[in-house]
Amino acid sequence: MYAYSEFDRAFVRDRVEQFREQLDRRLSGALTEDEFKPLRLMNGVYLQLHAYMLRVAIPYGTLSSDQMRMLAYIADRWDRGYGHFTTRQNIQFNWPRLIDTADILSALADVDMHAIQTSGNTIRNVTTDQFAGAALDEIADPRPYAELIRQWSTDHPEFQFLPRKFKIAITGSADDRAVIRAHDIGLQLIDHQGKHAFRVFVGGGLGRTPVIGQELHPALPEGDLLPYLEAILSVYNMAGRRDNKYKARIKITVAAMGVEAFRTKVESVFPSIKAGFNNQVMTMLDGLRHQFSPPEYDEKSREPYLELLDTDIDFKIWIERNVSPHKHPSYASVSISLKGHGETPGDATSEQMRAMADVAQTFGHDELRVSHEQNVVLPHVAQGDLPEIFRRLQKAKLAVANIGLLSDIIACPGMDYCALATARSIPVAQEIALRYASREAEIGFMKIKISGCINACGHHHVGHIGILGLDKAGVENYQITLGGSAGGGAVDAAIGVKMGRGFSAEELMPALDRLIDAYLLLRADVTETFAELVVRMGTQPFKEALFVVDKRD
Amino acid sequence: MAGLKAPVVITANDLLSGEVVYLSPLHTWLPTLVTSQVYQTAEQAEAVLAQVAIESEVIGPYLMEVAVLNDVPGASIVPKHYREEFRRRGPSNYFHGKQEHSGNKVVS
Repeated sequence: MYAYSEFDRAFVRDRVEQFREQLDRRLSGALTEDEFKPLRLMNGVYLQLHAYMLRVAIPYGTLSSDQMRMLAYIADRWDRGYGHFTTRQNIQFNWPRLIDTADILSALADVDMHAIQTSGNTIRNVTTDQFAGAALDEIADPRPYAELIRQWSTDHPEFQFLPRKFKIAITGSADDRAVIRAHDIGLQLIDHQGKHAFRVFVGGGLGRTPVIGQELHPALPEGDLLPYLEAILSVYNMAGRRDNKYKARIKITVAAMGVEAFRTKVESVFPSIKAGFNNQVMTMLDGLRHQFSPPEYDEKSREPYLELLDTDIDFKIWIERNVSPHKHPSYASVSISLKGHGETPGDATSEQMRAMADVAQTFGHDELRVSHEQNVVLPHVAQGDLPEIFRRLQKAKLAVANIGLLSDIIACPGMDYCALATARSIPVAQEIALRYASREAEIGFMKIKISGCINACGHHHVGHIGILGLDKAGVENYQITLGGSAGGGAVDAAIGVKMGRGFSAEELMPALDRLIDAYLLLRADVTETFAELVVRMGTQPFKEALFVVDKRD
Repeated sequence: MAGLKAPVVITANDLLSGEVVYLSPLHTWLPTLVTSQVYQTAEQAEAVLAQVAIESEVIGPYLMEVAVLNDVPGASIVPKHYREEFRRRGPSNYFHGKQEHSGNKVVS
């Protein structure tokens, strides 16, 4: 893992003390709310429906066990004993008091963490594959690049007041687990003529205008990564609209200009920017790479694992669903589901955080990851330790075997917490998970994603089934989209198609029943997933199923 | 405030805790809707809002529509929109927020 330098540490400490002074001035009345709001947001402090919310950055989703324990401590001491892991691989606390926020940031700084650039029109936390550095199918670990981008983008003076927020994701595998095509910039590491290079996608995004990113560069040499990103950002910074926040994301700039014209502009500024970097990128990368070297693998016997696999059906099912192949033959990566049936997607209690930290410290080379799907991953565990890991996770109610199944739902906080929401998401996710708990194995691979407003934090546009909660004349109403895909696997990234009118909360579950029944009836065989079937047959049969009872449409 | 229909109350979030608060007849901010001042015209409420908006102990005061139910003992003030009902009650996934302190669990 990347270890903070003295520079990083001093920088974060300075920011905490700066914020503490700003907070004191707010509390004394020296600063008005209008003056203070941008300052607190720069440090991740939002005001939500019932309370403040603190969003803490987890760079590319990587945590040590000490850091996870600190999150548990913060949850207990200053919040309500839990935290909410987000699609940006971050964590949010839903109940901090304003007066405690400087102390919380100070506690985070103790473990080299902060909340910088978790808000505002800046470059946000760079996200990546939760299996980075472990995945069998990756070309190289994407995290050194993610760390390079973090260092470059943190407090970058030119990019603190962009037209709008800016999100970058990077994958080291062709099988994209980081939704790169739905990002302002998506980077896919490739092998190009024996060297590492990037396919660069630009102008993707969800929200009220969902767009799949377009290819800007087919094979950018890794040494050109930062100057090329800076070229894109500088073009966007000048050309992006600032008159209308709904038209201010780079996807609108690229769409208005056309990707060819956008590329021409980027290429025209690129040489001078590159010259300014003075070929330092490769030196920086080399310096970072050794900080992400693989763990010292324990050559443990696989026997205990193979034995339990034969005798314990629950263990076998958990292995099949929650455990992924590792580049080391006797290792594996474990996905810890934060999607217990009827629980809030992405939430973990402080007790569960400590349990995960303990398992990571004892069996997982001290590393944890947060996935954009709101689960936690142990990237490096010896297969021989899997039985004991399973037992400990079971004890902490963290061994739910549902990764990739219907109940492994992404859901935004919705109107239970969020000031922007137009309807609730969490109760919908809870009800769906409980409703299909006994059938989800039969239904198979399925991604349901739920947003409580058009801003699409719940990624509903790229859900196989997307659900968008809206306010229809003062009543919560849920619109279904089908055919979306986050990319990776067998189905390319795609934006889902709206299926007619929305459903009331009461109508929604029977409508989903009809949808699922139609899928089970129409699929060629059990290996054809819902997403594949929608690609093969289109959405029409499902639209008919959704509205069969209701003749109003 | 276009299209706002009286009766209305004035609501905001407390600066220190972020908790939802309502303006009382004594111009103090209280955490309970039942003790709020109900304004029978939006104009009246807007005049008061203009005064309280410059106070620094709360954030983002605004008017919200309510219904006053006179047929329940002691009368009761009820938010018109579900968003305000959630603000009055707390989240639906945990028994946190105002509902914790109100004695009875409110079932949606």
